Amino acid sequence: MSDMPAAARPVRRRVITEEIAEEPPRATAYVCEAASCLSLQSHDITVRLGEVVADAGLGDVEIKRVGCLGLCAAGPLVEIAETGRLFEKVTPDAVGPVVAALADVKQTDVRAPQGPFFEKQLRVATENFGRVDPESLDDYVERGGFEALRRVLSDMTSTEVREEVTRSGLRGRGGAGFPTGLKWTTVAKAQGTQKYVICNADEGDPGAFMDRSVLESDPYRVLEGMTIAAFAVHATEGYIYCRAEYPLAVARLRSAIRQAQRAGYLGSGIMDTSFAFDVQIRLGAGAFVCGEETALIASIEGRRGTPRPRPPYPAVSGLFECPTLINNVETFASVPTILRKGPDWYAAIGVGKSKGTKVFALAGRVVNTGLVEVPMGMTLREIIFDIGGGIIDGRPFKAVQTGGPSGGCIPADHLDTPVTYESLVELGSFMGSGGMIVMDDTSCMVDVAKYFMDFCRDESCGKCTPCRVGTTQMWMLLDRITTGRATGGDLAQLEHLAAIVQRTSLCGLGQGAPNPVFSTLRYFRDEYLAHIEERRCPAGVCTIEQPAEVMA
Amino acid sequence: MSVYTLTIDGKDVAGSDGQTIMEVAEENGIDIPGLCHLEGIHDRGACRLCVVEIAGSPKLAAACVTQIAEGMEVTAHSDALLEYRRTITEMLFMERNHVCAVCVANNHCELQDTAEDMGLTHFDLPRISPKADIDASHPLFAIDHNRCILCLRCVRVCDEIEGAHTWDVMHRGLDTRVQTDMGIPWGESPTCTSCGKCVQVCPTGALFEKGRAVARGSKRRRPFLPWMKVVAEERGL
Repeated sequence: MSDMPAAARPVRRRVITEEIAEEPPRATAYVCEAASCLSLQSHDITVRLGEVVADAGLGDVEIKRVGCLGLCAAGPLVEIAETGRLFEKVTPDAVGPVVAALADVKQTDVRAPQGPFFEKQLRVATENFGRVDPESLDDYVERGGFEALRRVLSDMTSTEVREEVTRSGLRGRGGAGFPTGLKWTTVAKAQGTQKYVICNADEGDPGAFMDRSVLESDPYRVLEGMTIAAFAVHATEGYIYCRAEYPLAVARLRSAIRQAQRAGYLGSGIMDTSFAFDVQIRLGAGAFVCGEETALIASIEGRRGTPRPRPPYPAVSGLFECPTLINNVETFASVPTILRKGPDWYAAIGVGKSKGTKVFALAGRVVNTGLVEVPMGMTLREIIFDIGGGIIDGRPFKAVQTGGPSGGCIPADHLDTPVTYESLVELGSFMGSGGMIVMDDTSCMVDVAKYFMDFCRDESCGKCTPCRVGTTQMWMLLDRITTGRATGGDLAQLEHLAAIVQRTSLCGLGQGAPNPVFSTLRYFRDEYLAHIEERRCPAGVCTIEQPAEVMA
Repeated sequence: MSVYTLTIDGKDVAGSDGQTIMEVAEENGIDIPGLCHLEGIHDRGACRLCVVEIAGSPKLAAACVTQIAEGMEVTAHSDALLEYRRTITEMLFMERNHVCAVCVANNHCELQDTAEDMGLTHFDLPRISPKADIDASHPLFAIDHNRCILCLRCVRVCDEIEGAHTWDVMHRGLDTRVQTDMGIPWGESPTCTSCGKCVQVCPTGALFEKGRAVARGSKRRRPFLPWMKVVAEERGL
C-alpha cells in the first residue's frame, strides 16, 4: 500500500467518531473557555452547568466548551446555540437562568439577531470561534475542517494552490501586508531541497490578542493553513514560534498537533497521500523583537534573537539558510476558508488592494472590548461605535491607536476613513497585527507617545545604534516634556532624532518606533505645546513640576 | 564569476559578484565610515554609520552587508547621510561614558577619529551615561564597559579567528554588554587563550592592555593580525 503512487491511492473519508454520529442534542450551551473568560473561572461554569443539567434530568442537553465568543468585556459568556441568546457575566453560582433557557429550547427555535456587535462582523479566520471545542479534532472536521486540505491534496497542484491564494488577494495579516500569494511563489521558486514553513505567533503589540485568540479557539485551522502552505511551497517541516506568555494557546496547539498527527493530518502520508509535513512548537522567551522574521529565525536556530539586515530575505535564505515561508497566525487561519469557499468569494470582500477580512482586538476605553473580524474597508467609526458600542461612560472619543508600537494615533476627524492597509499609512498609522486601542479625553497624547517609546526602548535588542540609543534619548525628551522641564529646542530635537532613528535603524522595530511620536505630533501638536509653553497637561494625566514662585 | 559595474557617488566602478558596496568603495578610494566593520571578520550591519542610498530603493542600506548589483547607483556621501552619521556618532558618545581626556585610547581611537571626520564639535543629544562596570580580573587585559560601543568586533574575532568564543553578548537594549564565558569574570575564563586579538580590534579604549596610562594605548604598533588589513598600510599609520 505504501509503495503505491499518491495519485493511485484513494483519499479515504475519515469516519467521525460515534458520539457525534449519535442523535444531536436538543439544546447546546456554548461556554467560552478562551483566556479572557477562563481567567474569570468559566471552566467552573462548564462543570457547574453539567452538574445542574444532570440534576434537572435534562439528558438531551449538551454543555460544550468553545473558543472565544468575542465579547470579552462581558465575560464569562455562555451562549445558547439554538436561540443565539447570550448570557453575560455568568458566575458558577448563578447558572439557573442558563439552565432554564436550555430547558425552554424548542425544535422550531431560530437564532435571533444578537445585536450589532455580532451582526456587523464577517467571520473568516474566526468563523469557528465560539462554535468548536478547541481541543476536539472531530468538532473541527465536522464544521468543514480539513476539507480545503483534502481538496488541495487530492485535486490540485502546488501551482494551482498558489494561484488561488494570489487571486484571493490575501495579504500578510501580521502588519506589513505583503501579498501572500507572491510570498508563497517566491519560496516555491527558491533554490533548495529543504524548505520550511514558519507560523509567527510571537504577538507582542500592547493591546493586541488576535493571534492568541485564534490559537486558543481554533488551533486546527492554523495547522491546516500551514499544511496547505507547505504543500504549495514544497516544504516538509514547519515551526510555530509562539510566545511563552500564551500558555493556554501553547497547550491547545500541542493537543491539536498530537491529535492531528494521530489522525493522519500531520506527519508522513497526510490524508493517505504521499505528502509529508510536520509541525513543531518553539517558545519565545518574551522578546518583542523576535516577532521580526530574521530575529525569529535566529531564535528558532538557537541563537540570540536579533534581526539581521535583509536581503537575503527568508524566502531565499531563512531558517538554517534554507528557503523559508513565514506568515502570521491570522494569515494561515484565513487560508482554509479561502480554499474552501474559493478565491473569488474572498476577493469580493474588501476594497481596493485590501481584500478580505481583518481581525481586530478592540481594547482601551471602548464599551465592547473584545475580538472582532470585519471586512476590509469598514470605517473606524463603524468598528468603534457600532461594533465597539462607543466610549465607556459616553465620554468624547479622542483617538484610536492602531498598529502597536510602530503605529500611530488617529483622531476623531478621520473616523470615517475606511480601514485598509493604504488608508492607515496615509493617516500616519499602520495596520499592524490588528490591535486597536481606543482613547477618550482622559488620555494625554504625549503620555501615550512616551508609553510606546518606553516600550520600544525596553524591547530594543541593542544591536543597531539608532534604535538602542535613539529610542532611549527620545524617551528622555518625552519625559522632559511630560514633566514640564522641556524647552522648544527639545521638541525640535525630538523631531530631528525621530527622523534619523526612522531612517537609519536596522529593522522594523527601530524604523517604526518614532511613528507614535510623528502621529501624535501631526494631530495633537497643541498638546505638546501646552506641556512645553504653558506647563500644563490638557488631559490632566501628567504631573508637571511647577517652577518655584519667585519672591518679589 | 560575474563582474558588475556600478556607480558610487557618480564614479564608475567595477566589482565582482558577492562583493559588498563597502569593499568596492574601499578599492576605489571612496571612504565610507564604519565602526562595526572590520575586514577579515563577517559583517553585521549594526553600527549604521555606513548607511548609503541606493537609487530606486526607499530604504537606506548598510554598505558593509549590501552586495553590489549590476547598474546599482550608490550615493555614499550627501548632506543628509553626513547628518545621519554625525548623529549616530553622537549617539555613541552619549550612550556611555566617553571621556577622551583620560582614556587610554585617546588619539588612537576610531570613535574619536570618526567624530573628527564627521565634524562633530559638540553634543546636543541627551546624555544617557549609565554606570558601567570595569572588569580587570584578567592578568594582562581589562575591559571598561563605559567605553564599549557594542561593535562586537571582539566577539567575532574571538569566535571566527581565534576560535575560542570566549566573548559573547548578554542582556538587551541599553543593558547590552559583551561578556566572557556566560558572564564570569574575564580572569576566571577557562576558554580565554589570552591571545589579545579582542584588544587589538577594539575600536575604542574599552578593551586595553594593563599598565598603559592615558593616551598610551596605541593598538596599531603591533599589527600581529596580518590577515586583517586594518593595519598601518591601509590607514597610512
